Amino acid sequence: MNLTRRHLLLLLPAAGVAWKYVLAGTPESSPNYRLADHWWGMLIDLSKCIGCGNCVRACQAENDVPDGYFRTWVERYHVTDYDIENPVVDSPDGGKKGFPPAKDASGKNFFVPKLCNHCADSPCTQVCPVGATFISPDGVVLVDKQYCLGCRYCVQACPYGCRFINPKTNTAEKCTLCYHRITKGLTTACCENCPTGARQLADLKNPNDPIHEFLKTHSVQVLKPSMATHAKVYYNQLDGSVR
Amino acid sequence: MTAFKDAGHLFRVAAVFLLGIAVFLGLRGFLVPKSFGQYGHYRGNAIGDIAAVPLHYAGHEACEGCHADVLEKKKDGRHARVNCEACHGPLASHADDPTSVQPAKLDTAVLCAKCHEANAAKPKSFPQVATADHSTGLPCDTCHQPHSPAITAGGTK
Repeated sequence: MNLTRRHLLLLLPAAGVAWKYVLAGTPESSPNYRLADHWWGMLIDLSKCIGCGNCVRACQAENDVPDGYFRTWVERYHVTDYDIENPVVDSPDGGKKGFPPAKDASGKNFFVPKLCNHCADSPCTQVCPVGATFISPDGVVLVDKQYCLGCRYCVQACPYGCRFINPKTNTAEKCTLCYHRITKGLTTACCENCPTGARQLADLKNPNDPIHEFLKTHSVQVLKPSMATHAKVYYNQLDGSVR
Repeated sequence: MTAFKDAGHLFRVAAVFLLGIAVFLGLRGFLVPKSFGQYGHYRGNAIGDIAAVPLHYAGHEACEGCHADVLEKKKDGRHARVNCEACHGPLASHADDPTSVQPAKLDTAVLCAKCHEANAAKPKSFPQVATADHSTGLPCDTCHQPHSPAITAGGTK
């Protein structure tokens, strides 16, 4: 090929631009996903939850959660005589194998699935001494396994008890809102496998997401609003006895 | 200028401090990952690492690409909005390689009870049975067709 000086001069800026991309490193695994376009949360409709434990099993299969530890779990509440200050709560093996028949069918009985609330002002990220846990720009509270020391500050700081130390890696672990799925346009494993649609992933920055209509037309609550964590897991028909 | 007659000491101390700062900055530049601080006080590339975890559940869109016949069966039934893997289990490996990875056959006597076994805490509108009385241990698919479980006059629908 006969390269003239004129061609070389034209090619140089192009090579410069290309080199800039080489320096920038490999692009993210989901090229069409823009962090700034999303703000993730979840909607849990308690009137639809049947306590089957599908979400717990799906979460453990999807995220290799060790036995006896939970990124999501289901609690069963039993409230007698409308004494909402003293509910009886059980969650055998996190509800993974479903629930045995209720001991007392009187009063109020209902299920409450729980998971990380992906707080917009999360106490757990504020206490991390090394910058291993953080709120991603799209509103998901994540843990960087490479940076985590396993100091347990965050486990203690979470008001919802959503974190644990993985006994294999000795690092903090929690619900990632199936970050590897939602960045690919899929829903979370728990929402995908919820047979009644009680759990729904919600993108609060997407104006077409049904969450907006739902929040407008229902009485929706978050857990422990007094903690001012600005939780983004919204519960429909939440009973006052739920802690 | 007697005040500065031993100034040499000060310069030597200053030089030690400067050297210390230079070593600290050099080491920090070497040890702290480039992406630290990209979005905040954390390693920016951690986001990409977490997003790169492999899938176990393929998602119902992946199933429906091939199994359009099942989708047709489910369409009008009560299970229309129950996603495939809610019953069939995590099958991303089957979606990646449909021929060599075959899903296991399901035991409806166990599977259906996971949702439909009667429990006082379940919403009253949800169809539930005490399986021991309802079917005396027979698998549910003896009478019900799981993809569209209602029993109508003309057989299962």
